[in-house]
Amino acid sequence: MRNRVAAPPRSVWARLHLRERIRDRDTAIYGVLLLVALVFPAITLYTTDGSTYLIAVAGHAGTYVLLAIGLNVVVGFAGLLDLGYAAFFAIGAYTYALFASQQLLASPIHHAYHFPFWLMMFVGLLIAASAGAVLGFPTLRLRGDYLAIVTLGFGEIVPQVFQNFDQWTGGINAIGGIDQPTLPAWVTGPWAGADSISIVAPFSFSFDPIAYYVLIFILVSVAIVLVNNLQRSRLGRAWMAIREDEVAAAAMGINTVTTKLLAFAIGASFSGFAGAYYGASFGLVSPDDFLFIVSITVLVMIVLGGMGNIPGVIVGAVTIYFILNWFLPLLPPAVESLASSIGLGSLNSRAGDWPGLGNETQNVTLLLFGLILVTMMLLRPQGIFPSRIREQELKHATAQEDEAAIEQAHA
Amino acid sequence: MATSVSALTRIRSARLAGMSFTDYGFYVLCGTAIVLLATQAVIDPRTFFQVLDFGIADGAIYALVALGYTMVYGIIELINFAHGDIFTLSAVIGSAILGFFAVNESSFSLADLLTLLLVFPVVMLIIGGINVTIERVAYRPLRNAPRLAPLITAIGMSFTVEGVMYLWHGSAIIHFPDLLPHGAGFQTYIGGVFFTFKDVFVIVAAVILVSLLAVFINGSKLGKAMRATAQDRDAAQLMGIDINRTISATFFIGAVLAAAGGIIYGLYFNNLDYHLGFSVGLIAFTAAVFGGIGNIPGAALGGLLIGLVKAFSDNYIGSRWTHIIVFSILIAVLVFRPTGLLGMRVPEK
Repeated sequence: MRNRVAAPPRSVWARLHLRERIRDRDTAIYGVLLLVALVFPAITLYTTDGSTYLIAVAGHAGTYVLLAIGLNVVVGFAGLLDLGYAAFFAIGAYTYALFASQQLLASPIHHAYHFPFWLMMFVGLLIAASAGAVLGFPTLRLRGDYLAIVTLGFGEIVPQVFQNFDQWTGGINAIGGIDQPTLPAWVTGPWAGADSISIVAPFSFSFDPIAYYVLIFILVSVAIVLVNNLQRSRLGRAWMAIREDEVAAAAMGINTVTTKLLAFAIGASFSGFAGAYYGASFGLVSPDDFLFIVSITVLVMIVLGGMGNIPGVIVGAVTIYFILNWFLPLLPPAVESLASSIGLGSLNSRAGDWPGLGNETQNVTLLLFGLILVTMMLLRPQGIFPSRIREQELKHATAQEDEAAIEQAHA
Repeated sequence: MATSVSALTRIRSARLAGMSFTDYGFYVLCGTAIVLLATQAVIDPRTFFQVLDFGIADGAIYALVALGYTMVYGIIELINFAHGDIFTLSAVIGSAILGFFAVNESSFSLADLLTLLLVFPVVMLIIGGINVTIERVAYRPLRNAPRLAPLITAIGMSFTVEGVMYLWHGSAIIHFPDLLPHGAGFQTYIGGVFFTFKDVFVIVAAVILVSLLAVFINGSKLGKAMRATAQDRDAAQLMGIDINRTISATFFIGAVLAAAGGIIYGLYFNNLDYHLGFSVGLIAFTAAVFGGIGNIPGAALGGLLIGLVKAFSDNYIGSRWTHIIVFSILIAVLVFRPTGLLGMRVPEK
């Protein structure tokens, strides 16, 4: 039995190890997510008589998935707490908004620029990444929580700066009329309402939720492939080494400053990406869209989903987004109809101090969201789908610690 | 900490006249600020001292809130996001109690003054109890969980407390009766600067509370237990200190100070809403970091300085730049003096 060599898999099917892959939890999650993403638009179109509202919601959820994937690089991989991630999102969105609208016509340079979306997406990415590097360079040597506070401060400054330089950015009046992405050619067919399959050129997105859905699907897919490769690269391993023990990582020859700086810049670049998409899909960019609450929401998404584990983070982002933007807003009418169906319909109308069941449910949503967060975190402190490797490591570490404690007790 | 030799660490270790480069930068920054302010003081002393007066009163409130942040961080290394909302809740409860006893500014009698004096301890106890409950429910079960888990429950608790206030009052402005004596007899011009009884009250109350806290932390057995737990939880436990009780006590005292701050805020500004704690909390937290987080005198000093920075910035630069100025100073302080004004260099645990 000494020279036993595994027999080469015979067919392509066998070589794909499909059965083993499906058994692996993370692959299964990817599979389910992919299936849902592909089937979801068809189902909503069919069940809601062609209303694209839910597809638009899903497209916006995609922005948050991108943000969560990016923040996961900083917080989940490198272990650097970033409380001002929305700042980079704002930088990406404003980069696109300024150079793809009439806004700069009213500014001191009196000339409007209209660069194409496909170019500005990468410009936004680069500018956000440089902003991350510029912020990171002097501050990354700070120990853990101080870095969190610097990023918090940065997150507070950036939207306010965009608001105050109203000569350039329109301030609180926001930038509107942002260009829609156009494609040089587009194939239409029965799925878009046309009779036959034909090529239309050029094709403008013009706030079509389905087009945006396709775009964000592609962007998220690319982002997932990128971060997965990053995670397995030398850089990814260096991040995780720093996360576990910075001193030990430095002793192993990792340049901690450069590595952390790269985490910051790469994390920021994803939100630059997301920012450009956000600006285009809403057609409106206002400083109020990038407040502290956005940074907090993204952080909640990744911690709740399972920090450091990409499929977990995506699930977390989608879950929180739909709780916030679909479940909670839909709750008041649902409660009202439930009340009328069980004979408590009288509660629905206003009476004296009672604002009516629907309004009262509306008032309770903030409280409810808080309680949902606390409960979910108490039930699964490690997140919904924590990283398997990390889970194993932690278990191993506790076991070792226990052994060491027993040895010490006996010594 | 980091042993990698980068350009940055080399710059940091370079020394000039016995000070490291970053210290030097810090003193240059402070010096510039002082010179600029001194110029203003000479040009227009009246405005300067007026702003100073307001800044100190404002800063005193921030100091009271910042103490709660810094104590909690010092003992369990948690940024307690719910603390700002606890502060607002105390003002809301205070105004509800005053409303219940029909105390308002139109007919203020001696009995009402007694009620007002009683509101302080009652609200302090209620808020202390609430904060201890929050710790018990949302933070204690996660003490050995991944580090960010309690941070998320803290955010959740912040939403919950805000949600309770929203359910109670909606987004309407909540009025707190203007009970502090004001009017002709209680204000004076000294050298052209307008002083009111309110300013003096806020400052005196804050000084008394902070002094009491200092005496408690440094003199009492529980205070000693808190300091020991903050320094090394395991060692403190081995010395027979009840860790859970000590942490609960920390949350209680932090909430008591926030409650005092909340009522004082109500008495001073008279208007608040359910969302107030968010911005006050953010600024107070900044103040705690400014002074060196985990450091109690630091938080008091940081609160005072942030109040002053806000007042000066509001007056000399324009209120819409205040937010930017406060947080830029925060970043600059952390870059040049990573542990805050009074913080000490501690190794990462």
